[in-house]
Amino acid sequence: MFWTALTLQLGYNATLVTIGATLLGIAAGVTGTFLYLRKRALVSDAISHATLPGVGIAFMLMVMLGGDGRALPGLLLGAAVSSWIGLLCVSWLTRFTRLSEDAAIGAVLSVFFGFGIVLLTVIQTMGAGRAAGLEGFLLGSTAGMLFNDALVIAGGGALTLLAVLILRRPMTLLAFDPEYAASRGVNVGRMDLAIMALALAVTVIGLKVVGLILIVAMLIIPPVTARFWTERTDHMVLISGLCGGLAAWVGASLSAVAPAMPTGPIIVLSSFGLFILSLLLAPNRGVLAVYLRHVRFQRRVHMRQGLLALAQGQPIYEAFTVRLLKRAGLAHADGVPTDDGRARAAKALRDEKRWELVRADQAFESAAALYDGLRDIETVLTGDQISEIDQRIGGPQGVTS
Amino acid sequence: MSLELAANMGAAPKAEIPTESPLAIRGLTVSYGQKPVVFSVDMTVEEGSMTAIIGPNGAGKSTLLKAALGIVSPLAGQALVFGKPLKAARHRIAYVPQRASVDWDFPTRVIDVVLMGLYRELGLLRRIRPQHMEKARACLERVGMTDFADRQIGQLSGGQQQRVFLARALAQEADLYLLDEPFAGVDAATEKAIIDVLKSLRSEGKTVVAVHHDLTTVRSYFDRVFLINTRKVAEGAVDEAFTPDMLNQTYGGRLATGQIDQLELAG
Repeated sequence: MFWTALTLQLGYNATLVTIGATLLGIAAGVTGTFLYLRKRALVSDAISHATLPGVGIAFMLMVMLGGDGRALPGLLLGAAVSSWIGLLCVSWLTRFTRLSEDAAIGAVLSVFFGFGIVLLTVIQTMGAGRAAGLEGFLLGSTAGMLFNDALVIAGGGALTLLAVLILRRPMTLLAFDPEYAASRGVNVGRMDLAIMALALAVTVIGLKVVGLILIVAMLIIPPVTARFWTERTDHMVLISGLCGGLAAWVGASLSAVAPAMPTGPIIVLSSFGLFILSLLLAPNRGVLAVYLRHVRFQRRVHMRQGLLALAQGQPIYEAFTVRLLKRAGLAHADGVPTDDGRARAAKALRDEKRWELVRADQAFESAAALYDGLRDIETVLTGDQISEIDQRIGGPQGVTS
Repeated sequence: MSLELAANMGAAPKAEIPTESPLAIRGLTVSYGQKPVVFSVDMTVEEGSMTAIIGPNGAGKSTLLKAALGIVSPLAGQALVFGKPLKAARHRIAYVPQRASVDWDFPTRVIDVVLMGLYRELGLLRRIRPQHMEKARACLERVGMTDFADRQIGQLSGGQQQRVFLARALAQEADLYLLDEPFAGVDAATEKAIIDVLKSLRSEGKTVVAVHHDLTTVRSYFDRVFLINTRKVAEGAVDEAFTPDMLNQTYGGRLATGQIDQLELAG
């Protein structure tokens, strides 16, 4: 059943929802990357909550004009206008008052949302034109999605992606180094607004599917997930779009199978699943990788210390060190070195001496930069260089391994 | 104070600005809040020179550069770049900001940072082609960072990060280079690499202006100085302007006499 949903064979409406949600997920992941890199992720929360009064007012206007209060384009237009006002409030407050951005976000978010809820209540008591659909904008409702709605989402998503494609370079420049960007003629204020406007576009087109409370998750979780996998901005944008699209696709399919489940929250949970996987398993930045690296490093430190202690005939007090040496066949359980251990220890001590010279000599500057007290010297210098240093040290030659 | 302010605001006669100077600033005042950080400053940078901007902490050195670049907007005054308004000559300036102004955990590689210097050439949509990579590599080579091209920038030492910033500026192929404390907190090898590049720029006829902290190296690195403590104190060739008297004025007696003696100053 779940498979039929994933492969878009679960009927017209479910297919529509899945495709719409996937496009939205891709657009949100891509756009959210720049929001995240500019460290403005939370602004999207203000943007999304500020849509609600617009939805209410648009509904009232459309009813007053004798139309259908629930026409999606009209509602989204209202949402866009009021969240744009909310966004301007946030940037005005941070620029011209001493309020910090988080305080401004908190203030705008709650006031706009509160106003929106009041409007929705008023609409309900008006009894004019069934207002039942409007609460759907809080958590998203895909049950009654129409073809035209899907078209709006697809078109909006495509336009947003196009805008990101055009603005990717100035946006990257701004996010990495705003002052340098300004020196290159990027209008920082306007480009910041452009990033926000893109987030706003995603928010507005995502209202129907995910709802305003959870749309933030679609903007933030995919880039955070993508960050685990790459050290390049361009790759991060792609991976983030992929994660967003995948999560939306899986989430929409799941909720198609279990219609009682709301689409938005399921999509967010799928996205979170990808995040957890990345957090744990990603190479380099993942928790597991970091832990393994730490353990390996700790072993190297103990091994080195142990060898140096052996070389200088000092007793080793740490049981862990002795265990490591024993496992490597370098020492007996009582800490007495084997022949192999004695040779390695002598080499370690000699390396210390060599490093000392390398670090004191300007000619070896780039090699000296790699000194960490653990490295074998032949990983940094050539055989010729080592013998040159050995000549300076004097004593027996040719101790290399 | 207010009278003086009024007299200086926009009062700089335009005819006085030498149009051939790479950077000419007249009557520049910048304030953060109610406190002027740079007050009615005039500056004329000589083409093909290396100028050190010198002054105590908070004297407005960085702000002066940022105002010249349009990064902060001045309350009063103007700056001309090669005789033209900034907008028309921006492509002729390359800026090297302070290293600390950037988040080094940003997902980008060394080569990507240098490629940012080519964004004007690339425009919004053009693809990065082999010749662009070639150019970026050549800039890295000039600062001795070729081996690090594919590293994530967070893995670099402070000095290496500074060199990457310089490489990015080189990629712009500008005529005027403005550097904000390029030697702050860098290792000896980096300092040498940077000064070598700057001197080679000068020998190509480019102009270099750098905010500089280390008074002991002024004489060997630069040929002109600009002393500032909110107001301009002195400007000119090192031999004329870098004097104990002027330094005392600039630092307001915060330099010990012993310190000044060590500088082998003229005058």
